[in-house]
Amino acid sequence: MIINPLKRVYLALESWFNISFGTEWNPLYHLGTLSFFLFWVILVSGIYLFIPFHGSLEGAHASVEYMTHDQWYAAGVMRSLHRYASDAVIVTVLLHLFKEFASGRYRGFRWFSWVTGIPNLWMVVTIGITGYWLVWDEMAQYIAVGSAQLMDALPIFSGAMTRNFVSGQMTDRFFILIEFLHLLGQPMLLIFMLWLHVKRLSNVNINPPRGLAAGTFLALLALSLYAPAVSHAPANLGMVPREIHLDWFYLNVYPLLEYWPAGQVWMLTISVTLLLMMLPWLLPKKDGPKAVVDLDHCNGCGLCFDDCPFDAISVQARTDGARYEHEVVVNPALCGACGICAGSCPASNPFRTPRGELKTGIDMPQLPVDEMRRLTRETIDTMTADLKIIVFGCEHGLNVKRLDSDDTRGIKLICSGMLPPTLVEYALKQGADGVMVTGCRHNDCYFRFGNRWTRMRFDGERKPSLRGRAERERIRMHGAAEPDKRDVDRDLDDFRRHLRTLNQVNQISAVEAD
Amino acid sequence: MAELSNKPLRFLLQAINYSVFMALIWYFASAPSVRIIENDEAMITIAFAHAGELREPCRMLSQEELNQLAPNMRKIDDCPRERSPVTIEAMLDGEPFYSASLQPPGLFEDGGVDVFHSAKIRAGTHRLHLQMNDSVRIEGFNHRFEREVSIDPAQILLVGFESGQGFVIRGAQK
Repeated sequence: MIINPLKRVYLALESWFNISFGTEWNPLYHLGTLSFFLFWVILVSGIYLFIPFHGSLEGAHASVEYMTHDQWYAAGVMRSLHRYASDAVIVTVLLHLFKEFASGRYRGFRWFSWVTGIPNLWMVVTIGITGYWLVWDEMAQYIAVGSAQLMDALPIFSGAMTRNFVSGQMTDRFFILIEFLHLLGQPMLLIFMLWLHVKRLSNVNINPPRGLAAGTFLALLALSLYAPAVSHAPANLGMVPREIHLDWFYLNVYPLLEYWPAGQVWMLTISVTLLLMMLPWLLPKKDGPKAVVDLDHCNGCGLCFDDCPFDAISVQARTDGARYEHEVVVNPALCGACGICAGSCPASNPFRTPRGELKTGIDMPQLPVDEMRRLTRETIDTMTADLKIIVFGCEHGLNVKRLDSDDTRGIKLICSGMLPPTLVEYALKQGADGVMVTGCRHNDCYFRFGNRWTRMRFDGERKPSLRGRAERERIRMHGAAEPDKRDVDRDLDDFRRHLRTLNQVNQISAVEAD
Repeated sequence: MAELSNKPLRFLLQAINYSVFMALIWYFASAPSVRIIENDEAMITIAFAHAGELREPCRMLSQEELNQLAPNMRKIDDCPRERSPVTIEAMLDGEPFYSASLQPPGLFEDGGVDVFHSAKIRAGTHRLHLQMNDSVRIEGFNHRFEREVSIDPAQILLVGFESGQGFVIRGAQK
């Protein structure tokens, strides 16, 4: 199957990290939460640094030198953690951006998260710039003059800013303004923008797994001890700094000012930003039909509300006069058309109407639960092998049709999370010896929680859970992306052997019972 | 690819991955360095704010004109707000290195202009020649400055302008 080359690169990276970190700790599955963790490191170390920091032109550099050299074991380490965690956050944010783009998770109903995410990157960069400014060394001088040139290229300043940075013009008041921006103004704005960024998501988690957080912190600490962050010579506005050891994660735009006028640097920056922000419309993809509520079959239990990954479902007072207190409503603008809600609806039970049409409380027009039941039944009916395995997959993970063989048939769903647990039980009742559910790689669901909710439903940790009468040993889950077919094949072979043994044991038990 | 079941090997590989990540951060946090200026270079910076002369001089109103105005609006002179553009040319050892004609900002073109220009030069002794016109009512340049200046490597020779004094040298001048 042809997959987007960028996604192939990303999946290869994912596979590499899965070897050592496993799917639970794989940093690529936790880029957002890892960024939040790094922000915590930056915040705590920043608060510590603020105590001995002297916020004036005369005192700033000396106080930073004191922290770096005289108190290297405490404030020096904190300074290095502050710097390296800030650099690391640029890497995690860029990887997050790349991942979402490579996986196609930036367009359609996701446009809002994408568009509000891009300015966050610039916000982080500007916080880093003002942070470097506060050291008031030669690099601070270099970026202060460069920033002033950039500001002066804007019509509102028109040349007044740069004059602040020629000898004798810079004042403590301006320095304190930068300090205020770095310590309060910019972080508050970033928090607001991050809130906006995740506004259309539900069950937002901001904490990475403890093991990953601990490993990242230890790595940052080791780097801080091995290569402590140091300053340049103090800023001297009467001299030109000869050489700057630039932090390329934050300050990469400044060397461009050597070659281009500030106006052109702005043009480049704004163009790249706009291009990124417009990607959802430049490379559009139409969402599938949105979830539809059928009030005749909805009792307002709210399970779909709990499970919707995109906050598209709300619960409100009943409007149709039925005896239930609540009903659910879908906001089509937010709906990802994943079908997870259909999988969570207790009415999506194929045993409810054995002969007639199966109607449920919330359903997907493109693949209703009734159609899923029909597909399951007919697929099993057409199988003639002595062993019958049904593999439910999704549109974004491994194409389960590639697994088709004499004893195995794949059924493709929109998302593995749309699979009602009772449909698995139904498949076993209809004659399947085993059911495998693939979906996306574990912790990397295209629709955020599809495979996680399914696993929890099977394990009885989330409603609607797999009923006790279903033989759990005949059900297996194996999250897989397109390049993972060999792994799934191996697991399927193992599953076949397991099912044959179970069948033999059952036959012996039946004979003994006779 | 499946995850490793051998725990020590997993942790070893994790440590290698973390090390690669940290090495990347360490390197790009301070390298490659950027060379701003060569060892034998210095910088000359022209930086000042200056309002050009009024385009037209203030004019005393006649009694007849004053009578036509409302009593609370009567003012003895009429000063148009528009200012002249500021034209500046700078030469070092006879070679021009900066030339600009700056329009006064503002809706009524009544603001002062901000002049800022930096250029790298060889350190040492140079002949600096500056001329500026700030009045449309005067032909040619009405402010001139010429002097021999000496500058050390990496130093900034700062040229300003003070009303009443004309061009002034600040910073590295010996």
